[in-house]
Amino acid sequence: MDKRKQILEIIRAVAGKEPTIAPDESLFDSGVLDSFGLQDLVTGLEKSFGVKIPDSDLTPRKFDSIERIEEYLEEHGK
Amino acid sequence: MAFLKAFGSYLPERIVTNAEIGARVGCDAEWIRNVSGIDERRFARDDESVTDLALRAAQDCLERAKVNASELGMILVASGSWERQFPGPAASVANRLGLDSTPCLDMPMASAGSLFGISLASRLCASLGPILVIGAEKMSKVVEREPMERGVAILFGDGAGACLVHPSDGFARIVDCGLYSDGAYAEDLKLPFSSPLEMNGRSVILQASRKIPRAIATLLEQHRRRAADVGVFLMHQANQNLIARVAQALEVAEDKFYSNIRKFGNTSSASMLIAAAEWSSTNELAPGEALCFAAFGAGFHWGALLAEGSA
Repeated sequence: MDKRKQILEIIRAVAGKEPTIAPDESLFDSGVLDSFGLQDLVTGLEKSFGVKIPDSDLTPRKFDSIERIEEYLEEHGK
Repeated sequence: MAFLKAFGSYLPERIVTNAEIGARVGCDAEWIRNVSGIDERRFARDDESVTDLALRAAQDCLERAKVNASELGMILVASGSWERQFPGPAASVANRLGLDSTPCLDMPMASAGSLFGISLASRLCASLGPILVIGAEKMSKVVEREPMERGVAILFGDGAGACLVHPSDGFARIVDCGLYSDGAYAEDLKLPFSSPLEMNGRSVILQASRKIPRAIATLLEQHRRRAADVGVFLMHQANQNLIARVAQALEVAEDKFYSNIRKFGNTSSASMLIAAAEWSSTNELAPGEALCFAAFGAGFHWGALLAEGSA
């Protein structure tokens, strides 16, 4: 499965609905995720991509949009 | 050795409902309940100071402990909302308890203050004697600073809690604690001198959701305890949804985490001890049964403390 599809599946599972959002649009400002959803999103990314996201990387802006999530995963070899 | 001898609390009389606070910041009562688990909070009178609140909780705690103020070896007061830069409320509380030379320490730590205070007291009480730890906050004055921010205004309430840490006697022995601080997040939750409280709620929730369960799990592992076997978790009452997340991360039922945030909101440094005082008025710890405190707050400072019922 390609990376974007995988990310969208995680967002769908966390949000409990189909995310109709542009890749560069804020997941939070658009109301797709709330503060607690962000924690679930990060947990989902760790499980699905086998990446360990340290606390120091755990800033909302790094996971604020689909594009930013993709960038983060690419930087970490995923 | 150090023991938890008794808890105490004081809540101001005035109840501020979600409808009242919601009308001031443009949101409805149901939304506040959904995002925080809070239905109401208490606001102190204009003429009630942080010191007044702290004193009432101290008196309640000493009365429950059947200990005279003159027996105290030290008083620690945690508060992030006291009215002036210095001196803090600790020496004034001691003065109003009739003490004129007992050492006092102020801890301007906000939400994690009581946890750090009990931990510090557990180390010091062997040499100083019984130590009274107080968390006291008048957050209503902080919340009212203009411009009022919705995400902040709905959360906070006023109140005070206290705990007597005793070197030789109490209902629970303090086993150990794990305390942590990381100033990288100092800008994410701060109260400047005269402007409103600033909170990056997403960062706070994200870090707290991870750091609190990890602190608890690490401490329990070190002492070969399982979260499922802990009798009660007494956590800083920041947000009911956060409490639920921490319980979920530790794979324990949410009702293992004693909660009274619905009635009192987030009272910062006072909340953990207000919850403890309410819990202890209707519950007992069996010999060997574990009690676990946990808190997270501005700094960020966070941690956990493990105690077990005395034989």
